[in-house]
Amino acid sequence: MAAKRGTDEMRDRVVLGEFGVHNVHTTDFPGNYPGYEDAWDRRRFEEAFRVDIIREEEGALEFDMVGIDAAIANAFRRILLAEVPTMAVEKVFVYNNTSIVQDEILAHRLGLIPIRADPRLFEYRNQGDEEGTEIDTLQFQLKIKCSRNPQAAKESSDPNELYFNHKVYSKHMTWVPLGNQTDLFPDADFRPVHDDILIALLRPGQEIDVLMHCVKGIGKDHAKFSPVATASYRLLPDITLLQPIEDEAAEMLQKCFSPGVIEIQNIKGKKVARVANARLDTFSREVFRHEGLKNLVRLARVRNHYICLCSQSWQPRCSDICLSLQRARVSSETATIPLLSASVKYFPAHCM
Amino acid sequence: MLGVVVGAAMAEEGERKAALETVQADGTDGNCVTFVLHDEDHTLGNSLRYMVMKNPDVEFCGYCITHPSESKINFRIQTRGGLPAVEPFRKGLNDLMGVCQHVLNTFEQHSREDKPKPVSPVTGRQAELSHCLPWLRPAGCLVCTQK
Repeated sequence: MAAKRGTDEMRDRVVLGEFGVHNVHTTDFPGNYPGYEDAWDRRRFEEAFRVDIIREEEGALEFDMVGIDAAIANAFRRILLAEVPTMAVEKVFVYNNTSIVQDEILAHRLGLIPIRADPRLFEYRNQGDEEGTEIDTLQFQLKIKCSRNPQAAKESSDPNELYFNHKVYSKHMTWVPLGNQTDLFPDADFRPVHDDILIALLRPGQEIDVLMHCVKGIGKDHAKFSPVATASYRLLPDITLLQPIEDEAAEMLQKCFSPGVIEIQNIKGKKVARVANARLDTFSREVFRHEGLKNLVRLARVRNHYICLCSQSWQPRCSDICLSLQRARVSSETATIPLLSASVKYFPAHCM
Repeated sequence: MLGVVVGAAMAEEGERKAALETVQADGTDGNCVTFVLHDEDHTLGNSLRYMVMKNPDVEFCGYCITHPSESKINFRIQTRGGLPAVEPFRKGLNDLMGVCQHVLNTFEQHSREDKPKPVSPVTGRQAELSHCLPWLRPAGCLVCTQK
């Protein structure tokens, strides 16, 4: 019984020791553990797998995936970062730039501004196509000139009073429809995601007049195309108290963990510690610094429970995830197709 | 030198480079094959390795990225019992497709349902869930035994 519990722990938990981490790698492959059925069973996976969406806001999506392995969870994370397409400024046509910001620096900054445009409405631009058509390009214009405020007080030194339009924000970018885009997207509101991104500072007489072409791209090509600020995951923490911890030790234990993790209950007049919500803990390992407590607690993580967090970008994040999952499917399909339709040709062997 | 038999499966006829090549040493009968996948990296490599390792007929499965500047992986499969290595490769790809499809379905299903109630930061509905589900209950856990 104890042996089975130990094996279960090896299979299900990543244990955080004082100086190292144990049972890190996935070991539940067929043949490793006698008596366990580890071969891939689709039905067993589908029964055990579940997704819980914890929080879905404008700037962040937090969800749990339970019953999946690190290899696949990581594949989703990598695809979210690098292979989900978005629209971003690629070409900047500078008609006039008398500001202090150099042309190429300005163009670089404009490229990094996230654009509120559904990439599924656009095609990828063909290789070598310089002009851009209405099906693959979104055009924006930034035309702004700074001037002096004649009504400003004589002694004032506040630029907000002295000048008009001295700060160029992303809200000054306006959409210029190409071709038949006004008909194709009658209700569309293409603009940068945030209105308050400062692009440049101007002084009277300086002017910026640029035209920008946005194209569809993926993060692998350039980080500006990445739809998420970041996508990350962590494993669900699992804190076990190996013995009852009471009174002063209980209070010290509560201070060792993040607030809300350890709860102190009053049982028959004694204060007893209880793990209330291990999920909140950030595992600072503070408990290992206390000689009296370090052997009474086991810190571990549940190996197949992933708390995933995607932040930034305007797109309803769920659709990003769905896109990334579809991409994962497509990529394995693309690899399968040549194999399945194979005439795998064998060439005569030749020495290297 | 080792004679090597190289097979290539084209993604499209003509100009497109092969997406997949196989390399197999002379004298073996298809048990151990290295698949060279172009334009791929850890994203497909690691997840496919996991799915192929879950196959009981596979004796060895591993992948490596030959050079970080080239986006190409060498994916090697060795089977036991005379099964051609292409079979677990094919099965692994199909299984991976199945996993992604199921995760996609589950996700879409959840995003269509009502928004879940917020989790209380102190008592935490999630914590209770993870302690009470049988396959997640840790051994010797005082939370569960103290009901």
